[in-house]
This record gives sequence, structure tokens and C-alpha cells, in this order.
Amino acid sequence: MSNAPLFEARNIVKNFQVGGGLLSKARYVHAVDDVSLTIEKGETFGLVGESGCGKSTFGRTILRLYEPTSGQILLDGQDITHANMRPLRKRMQIVFQDPYASLDPRMTVGDIVGEPLDIQDACSGKEERRDRILELLNLVGLNSEHMNRYPHEFSGGQRQRVSIARAMALHPDFMVCDEPISALDVSIQAQVINMLMELQQKLGMAYLFIAHDLNVVRHISKHVGVMYLGSLVEVCEANSLYRNPMHPYTQALLSAIPIPDPEVSRSRRRVVLEGDVPSPINPPQGCKFHTRCPYAMDVCRQQRPETITVEPGHTCACHKVKQDLGL
Amino acid sequence: MSDHLLEIKDLKVSFFTPAGEVKAVNGVTYDLDEGRVLGIVGESGSGKSVSVSAMMQLLAYPGRVVGGSIHFNGQDVLAMNAEQIQAIRGKDIGMIFQDPMTSLNPVFTVGEQLVETLRRHTKMTRAEAWQRGIEMLRLVGINNPEQRIKQYPHEFSGGMRQRAMIAMTLLCNPKLLIADEPTTALDVTIQAQIMDLMKRLREQINAAIILITHDLGIVSDICDEVIVMYAGRIVERGTTDDIFYRPAHPYTRGLLRCLPRLDSDGSEPLEPIEGTPVDLLALPKGCAFAPRCKNCMKVCLTQQPPVFQMGEGHISMCWLHALENNEEVQEQ
Repeated sequence: MSNAPLFEARNIVKNFQVGGGLLSKARYVHAVDDVSLTIEKGETFGLVGESGCGKSTFGRTILRLYEPTSGQILLDGQDITHANMRPLRKRMQIVFQDPYASLDPRMTVGDIVGEPLDIQDACSGKEERRDRILELLNLVGLNSEHMNRYPHEFSGGQRQRVSIARAMALHPDFMVCDEPISALDVSIQAQVINMLMELQQKLGMAYLFIAHDLNVVRHISKHVGVMYLGSLVEVCEANSLYRNPMHPYTQALLSAIPIPDPEVSRSRRRVVLEGDVPSPINPPQGCKFHTRCPYAMDVCRQQRPETITVEPGHTCACHKVKQDLGL
Repeated sequence: MSDHLLEIKDLKVSFFTPAGEVKAVNGVTYDLDEGRVLGIVGESGSGKSVSVSAMMQLLAYPGRVVGGSIHFNGQDVLAMNAEQIQAIRGKDIGMIFQDPMTSLNPVFTVGEQLVETLRRHTKMTRAEAWQRGIEMLRLVGINNPEQRIKQYPHEFSGGMRQRAMIAMTLLCNPKLLIADEPTTALDVTIQAQIMDLMKRLREQINAAIILITHDLGIVSDICDEVIVMYAGRIVERGTTDDIFYRPAHPYTRGLLRCLPRLDSDGSEPLEPIEGTPVDLLALPKGCAFAPRCKNCMKVCLTQQPPVFQMGEGHISMCWLHALENNEEVQEQ
């Protein structure tokens, strides 16, 4: 293969139609609005943003669980935007947020994990299928006695392990983790994060890790992208994003996170954003963040900011940043 | 008679399910003074919400208080009849629930709901109550309250509904405010707004606040004291500084260690607490945390640990402290 990145999304747009029956005019929810990113083999890209910012829609669109309205999806440099997905599913998988809803309650855990193998005809016989399932369960810290049980017999953390085993059944190169730990208790979250990181080291998978918890995303990701109302406002290497956030929204998001240390939280100054996230049906003109931005200028209300490169690997879409840097 | 605003002694609440008795709260004792903010931390199923539901007589069937006492303002809450508790609920004790989408009535305007509360507990006229409602909405930072008060809950965003809920609990100048996961359903930037509001109110109203949460970050931000619960028991209680800087119980330490932190460099792996949360139907004989505890000893599996005093107002329930104190532990 050439040196094309493992995965690339170019200018992905996804609109959902609302209304538009006999009597009402069709309107569109602009869920994902021109998002581009690349993910290298074996690395984790973290995607953060508040609810409704389009991060989950983006995750599903790039797996073609939703068809993109426009834009290109590339795997190993090859355009798969209109390709037949069945053979490609082996390489791209997803772990959903809610382990209570994403496992069929009438299938045993063994069958749940084995289903991808059946669909793709990956095993030659019953023996091999059984061995593969066992191997997968062991990989996520479960064992043979769990194989014949049903999902309701498991705790949330264990269910998420089953979910991950199912996603890994076909050795994917790329996995979308859509808020895999948000539904879990704090003490269990760390178990799942550690497991995901270990599996990545062992098997070399790339993750798109979607979450709203910035602490967790920073811990697990190499690069982080911040989304607001369907647009990617800043992309940067994880550590430097936290050291040097440029976009006012990223700054506000970071300062809004409570830090579990009384002295730190008493002494730090916080940027508290006014107001709520506007509706994606009718997003604000110009920069979408200008309605809540403490630095909004006239140009922000009229013109959409272009994405500029602050330093190699660090991009940001903000008029103020551009002005401050004299670009 | 004691002079604490709230005094809970050895409270026990069980749910009698077809599968057996679930001991949701299993001997909880604490007290709270005016103007203090108490955080109750624990995982789902640790009994943190049930203990305050019992206090408000809001336990859902098949839950029942099976032991202990609750005194609020010198009165025995558990001995009250429906009428007596209704006089307190919503007036002296205000409660903010987790989900602002379901805790407001969708078929009444916000104003009607505010007025109803006031008219129930005070002798105000409708017009006075309406004015007071507007004042309260303004206090919690809702813009244009004169118009907003006429709207229905669905016209409010999540953060605004939670503000309206807070306004509602503040109407009658409560002595105690219970906030049960007030920001869990909200986004971080909205959570920051609500926490800012709570901090501001704390200075203004001088009510005691109980904040129930699973987020240690929020606790460190606003609380004076913290209770850590596990499987229906208090495993550690202390000032916020005690809990964060001198945690004594292995569970508290585990909780603090398993969090990724923004101000560390994030390179070292997290230290999770192994195992799964305890099954309340089949509580272990000894310490409930023992099966997941790194420091588990023989005695932990057979005997409930007693309460150890770690310092002024700092207690912890763990056999390790007996070892530290060189006490003889009697094996049974």
C-alpha cells in the first residue's frame, strides 16, 4: 500500500430531513457539516462535543450506517463512499454507547459474539467457531462459562465487554467507539478504558473514540477533535490541546470540566458560557459559535471562519485566532 | 434533643422484591447543620438516592424503612403522617431531581407550577405568588422571566428546566435543599452554569445542601463534607480535604485513582477497581467491598468492619485501620 492513511473522511455532510409532508415545507437538521479528518493505523482519534453536536452521527456516517449527504470516505486511500459494505464490515466495526440496548436479549453471549463470524463465513466448522468465540471472550476478560448465558445476566461493564468482543470478532483495523463508557459506573469505566488500550497495543486497531468526557478522551487519544453544532472547530494532538487550547469553545469546554481536587477547583478561574447550544435546524450565520462566544466580533456574525493551521498537526477554525496570529 | 438541622441514625431501608430482600440502605448515620454542603458519592445502587427518598417519605413500593430514625429540625420525620410530611416537603425541604425533562409537569405552564407550590405552603394571593415566581426565575438566571413564566416546560431547554426546578425549590426559603444528581443529564458547559448558580445560591440563602452525585469533580468544587457510600453503607466520611487528600478507605482511594485527570500527563494507565459492583440480594457476610479490595484480609470476609475515627470528623469503615492501630482482631 502507498502511504495513504488508514482512514480518511473528506468534507462529510449529513443532513436529516424533518417535516416535508403534504402540508409542511421540508427542513433539514444539519447534523454533520463539512467534517474532514484522517486516522492513522493503530492510533486513536478522540471526538468530543456536547450532545447534539453531531459526533455520533459522524461516527455512524463514516461506517455508512447512515449514507452521507455529500463527501468522501476513504479506507487505505480507496473511495468507499458508494462501495458494497458487506466485505468491508470485516475491517470497520462499532461499539455502541448503551450495552443494555445493543445486545439482543434473546441470544446467548456466545451467539452474539459468533454472529459476525457466521455472517462473514469466517469459520470452517463448529469447533473452530467455538474456539474463536472463546478466544474473543478471553481477550475481553470473560471466560467459557459466560458463553451460554444471556445478556440480562451480566452487569453493564460485562455487557460492554461482550459488545467489544463482538466488534473484534473479525479482526477489524478500525473501530468506532461511540461513547462506550458513558453508561458505566466510574469504577468500571477505568476497566474498560484500560482494556481498550491494551487491545489496541496487542492488535493494532485504530479507534475513533467518541465521548463527551474530555478527561477520558485525553487519556486514550493521540489526536482530539472538538465538534460544535456539526463542525469540527479544533483538531490537535491530545496533550497540546489541553495545554494550549486555541478555540474559545475548546477553552470553555476545558474549563467547564470539574477537577476532582478541591484546591485546584477552588483556585482556578472558569469561563462559564452563557446560553444554550442553538438548534442545528437553523444554525447561526457566520461562525456557529458566535452566539455564545465571549470574543465574538462583527466578522464572526457574517463570515464562516476557515480552518487554519496554527502549527503542524493543530488546526482551528476561528476568526479571532486567525487575527491574533496575524495570518 | 440535639441541635443539628438533620440527624439520621442507623437508617435501614429494604426493598422487598420477589427475588428477596434488597438491603438498599443498611445502617446509615449522619447529621447536617445549617449552611453546610454535604456531598454523597457512590456508584449506582449504593443507596445514595434511597436514603434521601426515605427522608422525604418518597420511597416507592416495595421499599420500606426497616430501622433507624430521621430527625429534621427536631421532628421525627418517620413518625409523621401524610399531611404532616406534606407540610414540610416542598417548603422546608426542597428537592431537585436528576432529570429536568420529567420532573416538571408538561401540561401546566412553569408559572402555574411555581404558583401552586407557593399557594400550597403560604397565604399569598395568586398575584403575589406570580410576582414571587418571576423574582425566583430571575434569581436563577433566566432571562426575560416575565415572558418565560407563561411558557410550558417543553419551551425550555434542559439547563433552563433545571434552573426552573431550582427556582421552584427556593420559593419557600427551604432550610434544606436536596439535589439528586442535578447535572447528570446536562452537558458540561450547562453543568458549569448550574454549579455556578448553586455556589452563588449557597452564599445567598444559607440553606443546608445535600448533593448526591457520582462525579467527584463536582464534589470537590462545592462541598464542605463528603460521604462515600458502598452497598448501602457509609464507608468513609470526612471534610472534602480529608476525602481528597487523606482518603482512608480502599474504596475511596480506588475511586480517586481510577479517574483520568486533566492536569496529569495521561501517560500512565488508570488503576481501575477490579470486579463488578456488589449484588445487593446476596451481600457478603463481611465487608461488602472485600471481594474487590486489593488489601482484603481474612477478617474482611467474615466480619463487618467497625467505624474507626481517623481524625476530627473523619471516619472510615475498614479493618485495615485496626492493623494500623495495632489492635487485636478477633477472628470468629
